[in-house]
Amino acid sequence: MTLAPEHAPRMAKLSLAERLEPWMPLLLVPALILAGYLAIASPTSWLTLTVSGLAMGMMIFVIASGMTLVFGLMDVINFGHGAFVSFGAFVGVSVLLMLAHMTGAPSLMLNLAAFALAVLAAMAVTGAMGFAFERVIVRPVYGSHLKQILVTMGGLIVAEQLIHVIWGGEEIFIGRPEMLKGSIEIFGATLERYRLVAVGIGFVLFLGMRAVLRGTKIGLIVRAGVENPEMVQAMGYHIRRVFVLVFVAGSALAGLGGVMWGLYQEMITAHMGMEIMILVFIVVIIGGLGSVEGCFIGALLVGLMQNYTAFLEPKLALVSNIALMVAILMWRPQGMMPVIKAK
Amino acid sequence: MVRLLLSGDRPQSVLLGALLLTILVCLAFAPFLFPGTRSLETAARICIFIVLVASYDLLLGYAGIVSFAHTMFFGMGAYGVAIATQRMGTGYDALAVGTAAGAGLAAVFAFLIALFSLRVRAIFFAMITLAVASAVAVLVSQLSAITGGEDGMNIRIPRELTPAFRPFDGPVLGLNVNGRVLNYYLVFVSCLVLFLLMLRIVNSPFGRVLQAIRENAFRAEAIGYRVVFYRAAATVISAVVASLAGAIFAIWLRYVGPATTLGVEIMLDILLIVVIGGMGTMYGAVVGTAAFVLAQNYLRDWMGGASEATSFLPLVPDLLNPDRWLMWLGILFILSVYFFPTGMVGRLRGVR
Repeated sequence: MTLAPEHAPRMAKLSLAERLEPWMPLLLVPALILAGYLAIASPTSWLTLTVSGLAMGMMIFVIASGMTLVFGLMDVINFGHGAFVSFGAFVGVSVLLMLAHMTGAPSLMLNLAAFALAVLAAMAVTGAMGFAFERVIVRPVYGSHLKQILVTMGGLIVAEQLIHVIWGGEEIFIGRPEMLKGSIEIFGATLERYRLVAVGIGFVLFLGMRAVLRGTKIGLIVRAGVENPEMVQAMGYHIRRVFVLVFVAGSALAGLGGVMWGLYQEMITAHMGMEIMILVFIVVIIGGLGSVEGCFIGALLVGLMQNYTAFLEPKLALVSNIALMVAILMWRPQGMMPVIKAK
Repeated sequence: MVRLLLSGDRPQSVLLGALLLTILVCLAFAPFLFPGTRSLETAARICIFIVLVASYDLLLGYAGIVSFAHTMFFGMGAYGVAIATQRMGTGYDALAVGTAAGAGLAAVFAFLIALFSLRVRAIFFAMITLAVASAVAVLVSQLSAITGGEDGMNIRIPRELTPAFRPFDGPVLGLNVNGRVLNYYLVFVSCLVLFLLMLRIVNSPFGRVLQAIRENAFRAEAIGYRVVFYRAAATVISAVVASLAGAIFAIWLRYVGPATTLGVEIMLDILLIVVIGGMGTMYGAVVGTAAFVLAQNYLRDWMGGASEATSFLPLVPDLLNPDRWLMWLGILFILSVYFFPTGMVGRLRGVR
C-alpha cells in the first residue's frame, strides 16, 4: 500500500478581468452614455437625450420585467403582454380625463393624487385581466411554445379589438397633469419634468422589485422557481399559484407602464401595446430571459440607444437597437445575465 | 398523373377533394364564370394568398417555427419588381430582374435571421423576426427616395398585360379577352406552379425531416439530422416563395405600398388563415384562403346589416360592427388552436 501523494490544494486568485466579467453588462450603460457624449458633441442636448433615454428605458423595464419573470418561472412566452399595456393606458387615461379638475389644478399634491388614482385603476384592471388571461388563454397551452405564441397573439388581437369596441376606434390625446408639464433647466439643458418623474418611478420600482425578490420569502420562492420549478414543487410549494401571482403582478406592471407611456407620448392608440412590445422583446432577449437585473440593464441600453440615434440619424433608431441586440447576442448568446437553469 | 402532380399527397377525403376541385375550377375559369372587375380582383387575390399562406405553412405547420417577418419577404418581392421597373423601364426583363433581385434579397435576409436566431434559441426567432420586420417597415416608409415612402409606387407593366390590350377581335366564349385577363392567367399559372412545387417539397424526404424536427427536435438531432440546417433551409425556401408571391402581387396590382405588402394586418391575416385552414397541410392554405377572402369580401356586408338590425341593443351593434370582424376571427383562431389544431382540413378529413 502506497501513501497518498502529497496534496496541497491552493486557491487560485481570480484575475481582475475574471472578477469583472459578471459585472461587464453593468458597465455597458455608462459606456453607452459616454459613447453618446462623444457622438453628440453638444453637452446640453446630450444631457436632455440621456434623461429621456433613461426615462424611456425605465418605462420599458416596467413593462418588460413581468414578461421576463413569467418566462423564467413557467417557460411561458406571452406575446399578448402588449394587450395589458394598451388596456392600462386606456383605463388610466379615462380616469385622468374623469379627474380633469384634479389634473388641471396647479397643485402638485392633487396632480399626483390623480395620477396615483389613474395608476391604481389601471393596475387593478390589468391585474384582473392578467388573471383571466392566465386562466383562459395560457393555462391550456403549458409546455408548447408554438401554441403559446399563437394563442397569446390571438388574445392580443381580441384585446385590441375590444379596446376599439369600448373606447371607439380613434386615438385619444391626453395632456399631462398641470404640475408635470413644462421643463426645468439644469446646466443649460432643458429636462422635461415628466421624464424626471418617470425615471424616479422606474428606479424606485426596480429597487422595490429587487427588495421583494431578494429580501422576502415569496421572492425567494420565485427566484428558486425560476431556477428549478420541479424542486420548488417537491419542497411543497404550489408553484402554479406562485406563477399566477407573478403573472398578475406582471400584468399590473404592464398596465402601469401603459399609463406612463401614454402620458409620455401624450397620445394613446389601441395598437400602442403591440408597438412597444417590439422594444420589449429586444430588451427581454438581450437581458437574458428570466433575469430581472438583465432586463433592467437591457431596458436602459435600449432606451438610451433609441434616443441617441433618433437624434443623430432618425431613420435608424429601431435599426440601431437591432444592431445592439445582434452585438450582445454575439457576445453572450443567452443574453447578458442568463438565468442558470437546473435542468 | 394527378398523383404525380400532387406528389402523392392526396386529399384523403371525398369532401375535401371535392372542395379543392371546386376551388381549382372556379379559379381556373374565374374570368368566364364570374365576369366583372371585383370578382376577378378577388380571384387573383385568392391565388396569390394561397401561395403566400402555403409558404408560411411550410414554416409554421411543417417546421414548427413561428415567424412574424413573412410579409417582409412578401414586400421584398413586390418592391423588387417596383424598383426594377422604375430604374430599367417597362419590359419583361425588368420584371424578371426585379423578381430575381427580390427573391435573392429575401433569401439572404432569411438565411441571416435564421442562422442568427435559430442557432441561439428557437423561440427567439418569433421575437427577432417581429423586431426586424418592423424595422424594415419603418425604413421602407422613411426612405422615400427609393421606395416612394408611405405613398408607395406605381408600376408600369408591359402593354400586353394591361386592359388596353386586345389579343382577339371578337369575344371568346362570351368574354372580351383583354390584357387584364392574360395577366390573371399569368397570376393563376405561376401560383399553381409554385403551389405544386411546395407540395413537392413538403412531401420529399426533406419535408419529412422537417416534420420530424417539429415533433421532436432533440430526437431528430440524435438520429443525425442537423436541425439548424434544416430549419434554416425551410426559412429560406419559405422566404423565397413569399417574395415570388410578392412579385406576382405587384405585377397584378401595378402598385406597391407599405400598407398593401408590409402591414402588420396582412401578417395577422396570414397567421389566422394558416391556423384556421389547418396547420401542417398545404391544402389548409387553399381552403383557408378561399374561405377567408370570400368572408372578408362578403361577410362584412352581412355584419353591417346585422349591426344595424340590432342597433336598439347596447354594445351589441359595436360588437357586430364590420370593422370588428377581426375580433371574431381572433376568437375563432384561439378556439381552433385549442380544439381543432388541424383546422378546417382536419375537420373535413374527419368526415369521410
